[in-house]
Amino acid sequence: MSGFPTLVHEMRQPVTIKSNSNVLTAIQKTANKRDCIYMSRATSQKITAWEDIFASVVNFRLAALLGWQDVAQRYRRSSVGAFWLTINMGVLIAALGLVFGTIFNSPMSEFLPFICVGLIMWGYFSNLVNDGCTSFMSNSDTMLQLPIPFFTYILRTWWRNTIILGHNIIIFPIVLLMFGKFVNFNALLVIPGFFLVSINFLWVMVILAVLCTRYRDLTQIVQNIMQVGMYVTPIMWEPHRLPGGTKSSLMLYLNPFYHLISVIRDPLLGSTGTALNWCVVIGMAIVGWSVALLFLNRYRSRITYWL
Amino acid sequence: MTSMLLENVTVDFPIYNAKSRSLKNQVISLATGGTIGANSEGHVIIRGLENINLSLKEGERLGLIGHNGSGKTTLLRVMSGVYYPSGGNISIDGKCTSLINISLGIDPEATGRENIGIRGALLGFKKRELAERQAEIEDFSELGSFLDMPVRTYSTGMQLRLAFSISTVIQPEILIMDEWLATGDEGFHHKANERLHDLVNKTKILIIASHSRELLLKNCTRIVWLEHGKIRMDADAETVANAYFGHHQ
Repeated sequence: MSGFPTLVHEMRQPVTIKSNSNVLTAIQKTANKRDCIYMSRATSQKITAWEDIFASVVNFRLAALLGWQDVAQRYRRSSVGAFWLTINMGVLIAALGLVFGTIFNSPMSEFLPFICVGLIMWGYFSNLVNDGCTSFMSNSDTMLQLPIPFFTYILRTWWRNTIILGHNIIIFPIVLLMFGKFVNFNALLVIPGFFLVSINFLWVMVILAVLCTRYRDLTQIVQNIMQVGMYVTPIMWEPHRLPGGTKSSLMLYLNPFYHLISVIRDPLLGSTGTALNWCVVIGMAIVGWSVALLFLNRYRSRITYWL
Repeated sequence: MTSMLLENVTVDFPIYNAKSRSLKNQVISLATGGTIGANSEGHVIIRGLENINLSLKEGERLGLIGHNGSGKTTLLRVMSGVYYPSGGNISIDGKCTSLINISLGIDPEATGRENIGIRGALLGFKKRELAERQAEIEDFSELGSFLDMPVRTYSTGMQLRLAFSISTVIQPEILIMDEWLATGDEGFHHKANERLHDLVNKTKILIIASHSRELLLKNCTRIVWLEHGKIRMDADAETVANAYFGHHQ
């Protein structure tokens, strides 16, 4: 037994960070503060969440390369590659579009483009959230060996799913062409819309990745929420089909996914999304990132211990 | 000036059994009440390192020895910036690279050339720097036209060659290794060893964990003997090697 580390039984929360930060060494004092941001120098001073995210964004190339490799893997032994996902999505849109369009008695030229954008975006949202949960776990080998900023792994997940979204979204112009319709100038709003949506999902992924690394079964709970979310959010039913009254508008407005999907879907379908949609999405981005930064800052140095 | 300073570094690993790792159980234990203090806060903690004090200056070659489980790998991970110590302080001044597992990030489905790109990016190469070294890496690996084949078609020796060739183009100021790198077949062995020696000689601070007396005496000026996560002995290579290996024979 001599070779094994001693067991200590502690009556304390394991997450408490016990480092004595006021014992600053002479070297730490003289270290150029800007150097801390870059990985190349002064590696092990405690890295703040802000430095981590800044370094990851500056070196986005790494995240993009890794994310692209994930997609490229799908092309390696199949020439259709990631377009298999698009084909699956196309079949799903056609089937659900026909069924629900008939049930709701909606004109197909209206309903099919609606459900098309809805399902594609929902697929993107739920993949971001579900893969976000496992972002750290699936990169544990790398994380335990190289001090690469952690947000890089989140960006990798985001980039991979964004490339897949790029594959899927080509169904939309095809559907429009089938009905001889075109997008109008409002479609340009999809650019700020997509930007805001990404900003929002990135903070959600940061928090979930940390939490799911610590509490492994949270991943299942999140999957479940995303599954239910698809039916609660107006994806397969149009928002105007809800009966009027406070109850139904509350059901709509309290659902963050409704606002997130509206700032992308409405511009693509020719309208602009409501002011409320845009305000909620911007508000969530600001509040969410503030929380996520504090959260990551608090637990960042513990993450590798949980892997 | 490259240097590394560890002050009272302590590393505690929280051990989460299935129970405390589950959010459901924590919620339930909140709801049931009463027993929270006794159950959910008494985590078992393994102390991986305890009060490690080390100061490394430029030019030093440090060897780490100790039993399995004595904390060598943990200490290497602290030094490479992967684990932030749960107690104490560490400061590193210098570009630090660890070659603990050189096959890390090798994607078997990607070609040799693509893998050079991935691994290079993981090691922190900029695109231009890597492009400049690309030819050198390819030459050194002697893989020729196999570089355009997926790595899964390679023999184990060829995979090692590829991983070795990519990993050793770095020029770190602080180099961290866990044992000497395995280098594949005889023909490559000589060349690879030469390159590794070259790398080790160029680096300003070397930290290597090993069980080989010969290797440690050849490369190190100073050896730290770890036992139960504490420093048992810290002195010049000869003294510690004699004490450790004498002790175990």
